[in-house]
Amino acid sequence: MDLNLNPNEQKFRDEFRAWLVANVPEEWAGGGTGSEDRAEYIEYLRAWQRKLYDGGWAGISWPKEFGGCGATLVEQAIFQEELARAGAPQLVGTIGLSLVGPTIIALGTEEQKARYLPKILSGDEIWCQGFSEPNAGSDLAALGTKATRDGEDFIVNGQKIWTSFAQMADWCLLLVRTDAEAPKHKGITCLLADMHAEGVNVRPLRQMSGDSGFNEVFFSNVRIGPSQVLGEVNKGWTTAITALMNERANLGSGIQVVFKRQLEALIARARTIERDGRPASEDPLVRQKLAQAYLELEILRLNTNRALTSLSKSGIPGAEGSIQKLYWSEMNQRTQQAAQEILGPYGQLKEFDKGTWEYAYLRTRGNTIEAGTSEIQRNIIAERVLGLPKSY
Amino acid sequence: MDFDLSKPQKLLKESARALLARECGAGRVRELMETETGHDEGLWQSLADQGWTGLSVPEEQGGLGLGLVEMAAVAEEMGRACLPGAFLSTLFAAALIERAGSAEQRAKYLEPIAAGQLKATVALLEESASWDVDAVKLGASREGGRLSLKERKLFVPDAGVADLLVCVARDGDSLVLLPIERGAEGLTVRPMPSMDATRKLYEVAFEGVTVAESDALGADGDARGALRGALEVATAVLCAEMVGGMQWVLDATVEYAKTRQQFGRPIGSFQAVQHMCADMLLLTESARSAAYYAAWSLTENDPAARAAVSVAKAYCSDAYREVANRGVQVHGGIGFTWEHDLQLYYKRSKSSETLFGDATFHRERIARLVISDE
Repeated sequence: MDLNLNPNEQKFRDEFRAWLVANVPEEWAGGGTGSEDRAEYIEYLRAWQRKLYDGGWAGISWPKEFGGCGATLVEQAIFQEELARAGAPQLVGTIGLSLVGPTIIALGTEEQKARYLPKILSGDEIWCQGFSEPNAGSDLAALGTKATRDGEDFIVNGQKIWTSFAQMADWCLLLVRTDAEAPKHKGITCLLADMHAEGVNVRPLRQMSGDSGFNEVFFSNVRIGPSQVLGEVNKGWTTAITALMNERANLGSGIQVVFKRQLEALIARARTIERDGRPASEDPLVRQKLAQAYLELEILRLNTNRALTSLSKSGIPGAEGSIQKLYWSEMNQRTQQAAQEILGPYGQLKEFDKGTWEYAYLRTRGNTIEAGTSEIQRNIIAERVLGLPKSY
Repeated sequence: MDFDLSKPQKLLKESARALLARECGAGRVRELMETETGHDEGLWQSLADQGWTGLSVPEEQGGLGLGLVEMAAVAEEMGRACLPGAFLSTLFAAALIERAGSAEQRAKYLEPIAAGQLKATVALLEESASWDVDAVKLGASREGGRLSLKERKLFVPDAGVADLLVCVARDGDSLVLLPIERGAEGLTVRPMPSMDATRKLYEVAFEGVTVAESDALGADGDARGALRGALEVATAVLCAEMVGGMQWVLDATVEYAKTRQQFGRPIGSFQAVQHMCADMLLLTESARSAAYYAAWSLTENDPAARAAVSVAKAYCSDAYREVANRGVQVHGGIGFTWEHDLQLYYKRSKSSETLFGDATFHRERIARLVISDE
């Protein structure tokens, strides 16, 4: 047991940290580009990813032969931590980098690898993930978006929902039903769909927090050629599982750094706001709440490090991702509730601390739903880790 | 970075599990909890034969000189077995003597402790039942080169079987640590029967017990600092023990959920039950991360160790109780009986929760470190 970084890991961290210091755009430090223009904003994020690519930091988890960095799991975690620590702009191509790319590497044809991978790395093409549907959420395999044969091609009709990045995406990793007669897991195919094709319509979904991170995507007689099938026809469920494994292998290394900054801001606030004639930070109940938030976050960090060690040694992603997701999402809700209790009515103001507390409280409500609800994560833990019989 | 036990550490843990399964099964635990002291000399000698009574005692004093991660690995198995007796008390006293004792005193006490010939405990708590070392009121008065004690200490673990009792007393503004041997004149030890009969508590009364000034520990050093350091060690080891208890409850509960049938199928196929079990796993694994990190950071003298110990104890205190609660709930009626071994762990979770400070106590300690920058 040694929780210190080894010399290679330290070297990796120092190099990336120095690169970020030199390259994170100064104007971003305030948390935005300063521009209200949506198209400009997207262009700005693409340019940031291009900068990472030119610096040799794109595709951190990808093997070197496909243009990636071939980093170890611990190095990947350091990469996420350092991005968060530097307050770098978000990676607009994150779905392509963390989910689509590794799936194409695992299951794609040589032509597909050559066609799609370089542009995922450079940020020239942004991807989204067309999995969930209005009637297929937790029960993803019940999806109904239909693809019917027309000669060699497929004609796609249906609707996807909760699709992050769809409003700016060039491509979509799309799950469709190609055999309505087969058992539900055996009639699914995975397609690489052009978001600019005729018949694709994107409608942003406004969340209770006021922003629109998700979209609805409608497919109406969209034609997709045979070279755009990823994996085999009617074996799309395997492709989906490969993609989801990659999604869940992201253990939340970056997110704990974000939480840490939020907690530090809350502690600083508790020192300045008053409760019963003294700083709130001197109130015993406030101290209990802050200490609980601190210790729960420490445990997230430690659990992450243990999961990284275990994954590095076994090489087989297990249920670590589910354990991590369940923990951080529920922890984040508790912590933001504590923040609201400490800040009182200030916490709900849109102008207090630029509305960050109001926004964070509302945004965390979605955490236990998106990317697999807490209930689904508990089912996975019960069945795959504890070996309890299936409930459905 | 490697957050996992090494091969030798894993082997040590496995051998601890095997030995305790052999010599300290639930039947033996029940027999011992019915005795006055919970002590079994044969079992103690088996632990000593393995070197565990001196596992973290320095090699100079005949110990194995291993770090706290190794100790935590063994303690986890002790918690899994719900081992009764004075192991943790002796470890706490040894950590205190190691920090506060002169070379002579270390040799005098630590060598027999390592050899399994001396059991010890620390008398700290008083009426206030506070684990804050500054809450100690019991005063030592000086006369004729001797320190004399009156009044009493409460909640002293294993005082009924300890050969040596280290009493924490106030000497003006500072603290003094007085070693008192079993049977000393003026010393009375009276049981305080409590919920967890596997961890015996005592009232220790002093009526003119005297100790030569030259025998006091930490007389010329920092007794308060030594006590704080020893408490951190004992707390980290207790946390590992609690993780072992949680693991036993989780394993027993999952096994029961797989076999117990209702409505024609195992209750473990119902999501209401599955989700309780999943939460128990999350609590147990999180507690394990926190406990081993505390042990590791103490061994490494990491500046973050103090906070790490309080994070571990605050978390484990709440988590063990919660795991034990859900374990009983999943078991239903049988889990509430005297006959089922769950009761041992349910009670152990409660006694462990308060020992060395509960979650509220340790959260305030965390607040002092991270909010007040103490």
